[in-house]
Amino acid sequence: MRKFLTRLGRFTLLRAFWLFLALVVAVFLTVVIANMGGEMDRVKRAEIKQYIGMAVFQNPANKGVPKDVLAAMVEDLCRVEYKRLGLDRPFFPGRAFSYTWTALSLQLGRAERLASDAGSRDVIRILMERLPSTLILFATAELLLFLIALFFALFLSRRYGSAVDRISIALAPSSAAPGWFYGIFLILIFAAVLRVLPWGGMLSLPPPKDTGVYLLSLLEHMILPVSAIVIGAVFANIYAWRTFFLIYSSEDYVELARAKGLSGQAVQRRYILRPTLPPIITSFLLTLIVMWMGQIVLEHVFNWPGIGQIFYRATQVSDTPVIVGVIVIYGYLLAATVFVLDFIYAILDPRVRVEAAGARG
Amino acid sequence: MPSSTRASVLRLREHGGKERMGNVLRSLKGLRRYPSMIAGLILILFFVVLSMYTVIALPYGDAIRLWRGGPGVWDDSPRNAVPVWFDLFYKDSLSRTIVVPFEAETKTEETIGDGMKRVEIVLPFQFGYDTFPNELNIFTEATVVTTATLSWRTPDGRTITIQEGRVLRKASDVYYVSQDRVLRAELGAAPHVGLFADPADEARPLKGDYELVLTAEVAEDNELDAKVVVYGKAHGLAGTDHRQRDLMVALLWGAPIALLFGILAAVGAQVSTFVLAGIGTWMGGKLDKVFQWITQVNLILPVLPILIMVGHFYSRSIWTMLGLIIALNVFSASMLTYRAMFLQAKESPYIEAAQAYGAGNWRIIFRYLLPRIAPTLLPQFVLVIPTFVFLEATLSVLGLGDPTLPTWGKLLNDAYTGGALYKGYYYWMVLPSALLMLMGVGFALVGFALDRIFNPRLRTV
Repeated sequence: MRKFLTRLGRFTLLRAFWLFLALVVAVFLTVVIANMGGEMDRVKRAEIKQYIGMAVFQNPANKGVPKDVLAAMVEDLCRVEYKRLGLDRPFFPGRAFSYTWTALSLQLGRAERLASDAGSRDVIRILMERLPSTLILFATAELLLFLIALFFALFLSRRYGSAVDRISIALAPSSAAPGWFYGIFLILIFAAVLRVLPWGGMLSLPPPKDTGVYLLSLLEHMILPVSAIVIGAVFANIYAWRTFFLIYSSEDYVELARAKGLSGQAVQRRYILRPTLPPIITSFLLTLIVMWMGQIVLEHVFNWPGIGQIFYRATQVSDTPVIVGVIVIYGYLLAATVFVLDFIYAILDPRVRVEAAGARG
Repeated sequence: MPSSTRASVLRLREHGGKERMGNVLRSLKGLRRYPSMIAGLILILFFVVLSMYTVIALPYGDAIRLWRGGPGVWDDSPRNAVPVWFDLFYKDSLSRTIVVPFEAETKTEETIGDGMKRVEIVLPFQFGYDTFPNELNIFTEATVVTTATLSWRTPDGRTITIQEGRVLRKASDVYYVSQDRVLRAELGAAPHVGLFADPADEARPLKGDYELVLTAEVAEDNELDAKVVVYGKAHGLAGTDHRQRDLMVALLWGAPIALLFGILAAVGAQVSTFVLAGIGTWMGGKLDKVFQWITQVNLILPVLPILIMVGHFYSRSIWTMLGLIIALNVFSASMLTYRAMFLQAKESPYIEAAQAYGAGNWRIIFRYLLPRIAPTLLPQFVLVIPTFVFLEATLSVLGLGDPTLPTWGKLLNDAYTGGALYKGYYYWMVLPSALLMLMGVGFALVGFALDRIFNPRLRTV
């Protein structure tokens, strides 16, 4: 058992290291791109110079002061402002790295253009305001996706070759299209034509005060985006997982278990589901990573007030601190999800345990 | 090197090669067992033919010019008109666009002294549809600024004055009759409805011969010409958008662009991954480790956010996006799959034999190792194509499509921002979506079938 734990610990640490490294690379890339490799400095310096120049030259108190004195005053003020913002140092390499580091330590600074709905310009507040809506949508959809795919894959592997099986397999190519694509169709059908579900958004207007009504309204607005996410990936997952199940259910030890007279359910739970879970979790992990990214478009299409939407808005107005902030938060969430699933994988993976047991014996 | 060893290696390889060829042939013969493959191939073939037709029938330069639009390009086509085959769904025939060109006018000129003449231009046309037109515009061409009176003669003999003393600008001028508020107030309905309404049944247009009459007094040596366009509710096989552009341009050009983008991205991303996986596995040691590290990191890089940022801060050109997508996909998850396969192939006896005759690393990798696994590349390769096609559409929907190119994704974006769903212009969204879907499904069907053919383990299940 102790061997197993050390192995598990080493595996976990290694994973944590890689995830963190990936996070650093992602944030560094973001910092570089969102500052246009330092080009953004020139824009900012020009903005500051114009702003200070206007403030100095149009100040009535400065009337009659010679032009060159005023120009020198502007220069001085600019220098102070550049220093305050760190613009006096070159972007590469020092500032790019320190920016990456402060961002990773969640000191996200203040937004340049956007503000939170409550009026704050703190990036962290802007993001925290939107994080719950993203999480509730994403978590619900992914959980549903996992359960539905798992259930149907098991179900179909038992009915291999039946009409239901064939239909589901024929539908697998539908996952070539991303969730937002189905989202558009769902809006078309249920909002535009049938007019039974809302077009988008998260709550009806004005937001209901009563908790029960609030939850109902939230639920109503979640139906379409959640369905879009699920439809966009469910058939490919059913197809892949069903294949795993079929491969494993033809193994000798499964036959033996059946021959022993174990019930179908017991065989499925103990001999099929258990060894297939690790590859299933790996495949689900890849889906999850892709979907985290797709969330931006989905929130855009459904006008969902989440982090993806604020990322899109931030790129529209070149609000670098918010862009970097979103990537950092996204990165941490993604890393956390991957880490948890990896951990589950390590616990479930028979090889980890078998080797540990072998070492003990 | 003993030549006999080399010969036997060649024989070994030759044998393997023949076997492979035989396998491929047998697989192809077994195609009949995969109707989904045939359906997919037909779909892909359809898009290939469509692309070739498009490139020949509507050259790139023309397509770009048409899609950019601008004054004069789409004057004669209606705004937000549905495809003509929508007639099938309605009992009433949808109105079509009627263009009464400058040449169709009958002009009578009468000298009135002082070097002036009175010009009367009559533009006749027949209207025979069950629904009202969409809009009505009058285009004029005059040598100098001219004041004119416009009137309207209906089939039942009424004459309606559209506007008296209308000032026509020098050279060309457009009078947007449908937007004339005064006329709207007089008629009690939108001008393009009021002018066509049957007095007996206001809800239906009156069929028959209409005439637009334009009278003006101009100097003897000045010229005046007029043209009327009665815009229909249906236009072309694909309908039109909010800028009067025929959607057909983008629907047609979307095909070659999507095909090219998807295939180039797939080639760039998959083949490079494949080759690097082969090199890494064979060389082993540090190189292999480094490749694995990069893959680990690359796996969770936020690809879409990076694309969005580059699109916003640097360039939206489709080539930049393509290059970036390829670069970000070189160390993709497929690296892990390929690596597992190469590790197995590395142990094959014929590789050992090749080593024995003294083949170099590169020779082994490119002549023996890569070709052996190549067939498994094919299903993967076909399956990722739709992913990239939809990625382009995704970027376009976020407003990051190539600014000049007419693509399906751009149509979706136009439709989305133009409120196509709210306003009921469903065709605008459904047509490009349907094409995207068909292309995606085509490649996916072929990819899934290939997967079953080349991965025997899947064949039985």
